Amino acid sequence: MNVTDDNDYYFEIKPKLAFSLNLKELIEYKELFYFFTWRDVKVKYKQTALGFIWAILQPLIMMAIFTFFIGNAMDVPSDDIKYPVFAFSGLILWTVFSSGITNAGNSMVSNAQIIKKIYFPRLVIPISSILVSIFDFLIAFMVFIVLIVLYHQPVNVLKAFIFWPTALLVTVIATFGPGCLLAALNVKYRDFRYVIPFLVQALLFLTPVIYPISIISNVWLKYLLVLNPMYAAIILFRMPMMKSAPDYSLVLISFISGLILFFIGLAYFRKTEMYFADLA
Amino acid sequence: MNPILELHSVSKKFNIHHEGGSYLSLRDRIGDLVKFKKSRKSEEEFWALKDISFSINPGESIGIIGKNGAGKSTLLKILSKITPPTEGKIISRGRIASLLEVGTGFHPELTGRENVYLNGSILGMRKREIDKHFDAIIEFAGTEKFLDTPLKHYSSGMQLRLAFAVAAFLEPEILVIDEVLAVGDVEFQKKCLRKMEDVSSSGRTILFVSHNMSAVESLCSKSVLLKNGQLEFIGNSSDTIQQYMNLMEENLLSHTGVILFNSDFSDKPIYKAEILCDQKNSSNAYMGCRLEIKIYFKTEISLDSPLLGIIIKDSQGIPMIGVNNRHYVGNLTSNAVSEGSISMIIPYLPFFEGIYHVDIHFGNAFVDIEVLRDCFQFTVEPAKFTSTGEMPDKKINRLFINDIAWQLDAK
Repeated sequence: MNVTDDNDYYFEIKPKLAFSLNLKELIEYKELFYFFTWRDVKVKYKQTALGFIWAILQPLIMMAIFTFFIGNAMDVPSDDIKYPVFAFSGLILWTVFSSGITNAGNSMVSNAQIIKKIYFPRLVIPISSILVSIFDFLIAFMVFIVLIVLYHQPVNVLKAFIFWPTALLVTVIATFGPGCLLAALNVKYRDFRYVIPFLVQALLFLTPVIYPISIISNVWLKYLLVLNPMYAAIILFRMPMMKSAPDYSLVLISFISGLILFFIGLAYFRKTEMYFADLA
Repeated sequence: MNPILELHSVSKKFNIHHEGGSYLSLRDRIGDLVKFKKSRKSEEEFWALKDISFSINPGESIGIIGKNGAGKSTLLKILSKITPPTEGKIISRGRIASLLEVGTGFHPELTGRENVYLNGSILGMRKREIDKHFDAIIEFAGTEKFLDTPLKHYSSGMQLRLAFAVAAFLEPEILVIDEVLAVGDVEFQKKCLRKMEDVSSSGRTILFVSHNMSAVESLCSKSVLLKNGQLEFIGNSSDTIQQYMNLMEENLLSHTGVILFNSDFSDKPIYKAEILCDQKNSSNAYMGCRLEIKIYFKTEISLDSPLLGIIIKDSQGIPMIGVNNRHYVGNLTSNAVSEGSISMIIPYLPFFEGIYHVDIHFGNAFVDIEVLRDCFQFTVEPAKFTSTGEMPDKKINRLFINDIAWQLDAK
């Protein structure tokens, strides 16, 4: 065997590695993303009678409730979109975010046994949990298309092809930051186990998911609310169906907020991941 | 020729928290802030490894031996990149695959086939490598018939065989193995050892931690002896094993028959173990006495079916008995428990005089959570147990059976 310092496998194990994203290593382990995601999807729906239908049922029931109580009873406006379509479009993206950060947040702890026994880039775990949520989204998205047809919701098809994938990408960025941050924090402080569900619940009402931002009249409150990174994703997703243009500055603020969270989450995760095995 | 692996004064420090388990809660942290304390006084430094340096040439296999708590597992965790060293560095010139546990990531709900792929990829195999070896893996494990059965319906032996079969097909330059051979039946252990010898004879390097000295001797040309986190001896395996034996002799267990463990690592649930002879703590037993081995445990997650396994070996390391509660009474409780004690009681000790060693396995229905090798040593004094005072010949009896009945029907 040829053993030299310049062979492909040369590496050093040292006390503290300089911060690096080490994208090369992540790419090397790309199959592990697939296997973890595949495991979680399989396990999630094993021994359930309804199986994948659960991925559709949750946003559908939520939509029905919101349509009845908020759309009809309270007569909340909906940016000229039919309220059920309006609510569902917000909710399916919101579900990606909420289940994404919940699962990612708990992922390091629930995979502690594996982390303690074997090395692989730790980022694989929270990212795979988010990919599971995207899998659910793709199923729910088909229902969304059916809803559009049923309610005769006009859609600008060209815009849809641009904005729907963009919205999904923005959602992933928005989910990744808090997801990784919570995953890392949860390893060290198990308090976050209790914070996560509460946070997700509270944010749902603090985001223009089920109501349009236009009903808020106070300018400062508006700016505060759009700090929620999901605002940008949801607006982008609704763009192909909206008659008037949204306030782009609000969308931009929300997107930048998501980007900042993304980098904070990534940096904190990378900084602490070496010690996960000692703490988990 | 460059060594394939070099360790340069590798050290690892743990901060031990004396209260409130091994992970922090935010409240403690906030409390510290309020009190302006820099570090809690209950924190104590503990060097699990100190200044370990050695190097390994390609194709060499190294055994790592030492008593429980000598730092063997920590060293393997550092080599596997699971935890970073506090000081020092390691230079590796090959891929390292580590096997600190068999079946890492096995999921009970997934089928055998699915688990092979999952486990293989966690161990660092590519999908096409697994595809290539798939049939061989299944054949090695002997579980062809249950490929599409969820793993939860496998017996624990089958799970282990499947897990080991996946690992046996790893092809790294350096293979790090922890004690995994201690599981499974003897036939299968031998098969695994042979497979590993194939690995080392094909020019790969093995680092092997074990308490099974004959396995170390047959597999590794060189061995390292660790003692209290430091490198005590390095040399060819038979010399190192001799050093280890001397060390064991020096540390003849206290005759009180009680061991307290440092339980600050969350994955080490046993905090106390006792050996009792006629209900008194003692490691001096006699033939025919009531022998009790008792462990006290505390786990973070409740166990559905706690399992205590005991292996008692003679002075040569040959097992006399190997039993666990499932063999005898099944589950010990129908409730999940996270704290308590489990005893194994032999009402009438069937061993001849001599020195015996005890291995303790503690776990749940699926896995060993903690294994303590050579945890106890006890002596058995001769005693009269037949009504005639005569004894069966020790040379042809390994155990004596107390209640053999004899009957003559004269005609």
